[in-house]
Amino acid sequence: MGEKVIGAASPATTVSIKGIRDGLLLTVRGAASWEEAAVAVLNRIDQTADFFRGARVALDVGDLEPEAEALAGLRQVLAERRVTLWTVLGTDAITTAAQAAGLNVAIPATSPDAPKTDEDVEFIHEEVGEAALLVSHTLRSGRSVRYAGHVVVMGDVNPGAEIVATGNIVVWGRLRGVAHAGADGEERAVVCALDLQPTQLRIAGKIATAPGPAGQPQPEIARVRDDRIVAERWSGTRAR
Amino acid sequence: MAGKVITITSGKGGVGKTTTTANIAVALAQTGAKVVCIDADIGLRNLDVVMGLENRIVYDIVDIVEGRARVRQAMIKDKRLPEMYLIPAAQTRDKAAVSPADMIKLAEELRQDMDYILVDSPAGIERGFRNAVAPADQVLIVTNPEVSAVRDADRIVGLIEAEGKGPGHLIINRVKMEMVKRGDMLSQEDVLDILAIPLIGVVPEDEGILVSSNRGAPAALDDKNRAGQAYRDIARRLLGQDVPFMALEEKSGFLQRLGALFGAR
Repeated sequence: MGEKVIGAASPATTVSIKGIRDGLLLTVRGAASWEEAAVAVLNRIDQTADFFRGARVALDVGDLEPEAEALAGLRQVLAERRVTLWTVLGTDAITTAAQAAGLNVAIPATSPDAPKTDEDVEFIHEEVGEAALLVSHTLRSGRSVRYAGHVVVMGDVNPGAEIVATGNIVVWGRLRGVAHAGADGEERAVVCALDLQPTQLRIAGKIATAPGPAGQPQPEIARVRDDRIVAERWSGTRAR
Repeated sequence: MAGKVITITSGKGGVGKTTTTANIAVALAQTGAKVVCIDADIGLRNLDVVMGLENRIVYDIVDIVEGRARVRQAMIKDKRLPEMYLIPAAQTRDKAAVSPADMIKLAEELRQDMDYILVDSPAGIERGFRNAVAPADQVLIVTNPEVSAVRDADRIVGLIEAEGKGPGHLIINRVKMEMVKRGDMLSQEDVLDILAIPLIGVVPEDEGILVSSNRGAPAALDDKNRAGQAYRDIARRLLGQDVPFMALEEKSGFLQRLGALFGAR
């Protein structure tokens, strides 16, 4: 054929998502061309549009070298999906193009695959488990936490605040705002809180609301069972 | 000692920021403190009306910021009290006429010879709010016992915390005790349960407030007004006194009080 097919990405192209301090980092690998990488990114974002809506995204395209115009175009398309592309990582040539397209180049362009901090490495290697984002204060109305991974809040999540996580959400406090666990489509994700009274609870594609004011607050865990979200009293045994 | 800047804000409109500002100012001035109020609601000025000083405006805050008037020239003296002044907002301009830096500069100048600088914030969380909060040493958040006002107050508390201006102090305004008893209005506990910040005042709903605002004579000037009393209590707490919160029960008859004395319900 020899012609570029717009709208299809080769199966070899992978897009991985990682939560970083400034938003989400999308790493594209295995794309033969910039166009292919861009299509793969868009497909990935469209799969879970809810999760990405309102997100700040950094893009790592490895050694591909898009033109400034192409970058500006992608930023425009992402903006229509309410996703902010704020930086692109890669070789010097890309950095120059990104600057020309008015994008930020603040993240150091050295080996973005490497974990950001030493603690990451030690934590994962010392204990079987996964890293999580720890929020050690109450989330008040208007605050939004979006994270590709698990989120732990030490404090309350007030009405009007929201947490969107691809993993589990644990609230050591009262959950009264909106929580979306498994935002990436993971139905095994759970939401737990000392007092589970969310405005709305979502796990993957399922939505539930709190049944109304409960009597005595008690720790509960919500998960998907038989295709709907159920909340159960925390029994102190295994979460799964 | 340099004066203290206290900003009164709420997020939601119509909860009683301006009335609260005017009344706390009056109550502070009654104690002999030197007080100046700044109306930061540029384009929708109200504080002058509530304080009854509208007809004396010559210069306003934008005139100060843009150099057409000295601070002293724009300060309108309230003749009912020994040392109370108002710097009115401009009515023909908008929030963008003043920047947070302008507010800080103005407040610094006023601190020199005033004890209290009260800033009446506009509703919202945009430029006007940021202007009002920029110079604040202390922030008072006014809310009503209703869900939407509390939600907005929660947002404001979050923004104030992000600015590093502490959690602020809460004033619950327009409380109707009989409605709380019926369960038709959030109670003080319900509001504090969500906001979790220190309470500095609870003001009962009072028709007298509306009348006094329309007349331009803040209720705190009236010794017998219950809402005015609540504002005077807030002023005393701001001065560092330990004032118990007044019971917001409806006036009860002698027999009921007697019954309460003996533990009857």
